[in-house]
Amino acid sequence: MTRQELILIIGMTAVTFGVRYPVLAITGRISLPRSMTDALKFIPPAVLTAIIVPAVLMPGGEFDIGYTNAYLIAGSIAAVVAWRRQNLLLTIGVGMGVFWAWRILIG
Amino acid sequence: MCNELTTTDLDPIDVHSRRSEFWQGVKATFPLVVGAAPFGLIFGAVAVNGGLSSQTTAAMSAFVFAGSAQFVAAGLMATSAGIGIIILTTFVINLRHALYAVSLAPHMKRLPQYWLLPLGFWLTDESYLVTIERYNRTDSSPYKHWFFFGSAIFMYINWQFWTLVGLRAGQAIPNPQAWGLDFALPVTFIGMLVPALRNRPVIASALVAGALSVALHGLPNQLGLMIAVLLAVSTGVFVERRSKVT
Repeated sequence: MTRQELILIIGMTAVTFGVRYPVLAITGRISLPRSMTDALKFIPPAVLTAIIVPAVLMPGGEFDIGYTNAYLIAGSIAAVVAWRRQNLLLTIGVGMGVFWAWRILIG
Repeated sequence: MCNELTTTDLDPIDVHSRRSEFWQGVKATFPLVVGAAPFGLIFGAVAVNGGLSSQTTAAMSAFVFAGSAQFVAAGLMATSAGIGIIILTTFVINLRHALYAVSLAPHMKRLPQYWLLPLGFWLTDESYLVTIERYNRTDSSPYKHWFFFGSAIFMYINWQFWTLVGLRAGQAIPNPQAWGLDFALPVTFIGMLVPALRNRPVIASALVAGALSVALHGLPNQLGLMIAVLLAVSTGVFVERRSKVT
């Protein structure tokens, strides 16, 4: 490992931990206002959606809503499975299966 | 630990132990571990192919432990960007974790620092998403942090393992992205998101998150994601308040 790489690792470790830990560290000493804690429940679905939608609609970085976009087709079918069956592993299995099949058949 | 909680706080039908919480955390994280595995593999391969040494690649997974930031760092190193820029970029990419910490904090108030420190280090998208779901279940288990611990340690070991496989196989797999394994994580997230879309405020919030994440996709360093999430949360709060008033 070069000196540069060492500095890189230390720096990246410091800023990452520096984002993750401090809020938790002082959690015993602060109390959030009610309006804030009410808002927190919206974070998980918002994060999930903000990761999923670009991954499915613009897999190559470009907007693609055609039937050749396997990410979109398999993602839509996975969403239907998730809605009707509420089973995570089944959703992943069907989603990946459709994805690969679509790529082989259409792509 | 949480010994100050008496046994009367426990639901008698549904008694939780440290061990059962730990294994529940591992179990709940399993699909996400499957989804993250290809990313560890691809990261290892991309990093060594881009010119990082094996030690540095492994050290990054062991100490930084932040998937998307590691990808971007490996990419930037390959273009010989400055160290300062890469560290700054890492900071911006990981800002969303502060949001997760704020969300978890009210549930973790009673924990001592020797719990908060490692759990803070291990805070990832995946462990956050399964753990906050555990904390939000209304049972009175005093050991929900053991669930977090189980989830986090599983994610961590998995990430180290697949990084090592990836950096070993790096030269053998010329273009790992072409296998379409990058669909594993989005499809996992779809399976987690869809059942959560149960009421109008959440649906409105998710619609805003989706539209803005696409519209702001051009912004660097996942800033688009950050802004999309913040405005989506505001939307959720707004719709919820309005439906309460009327």
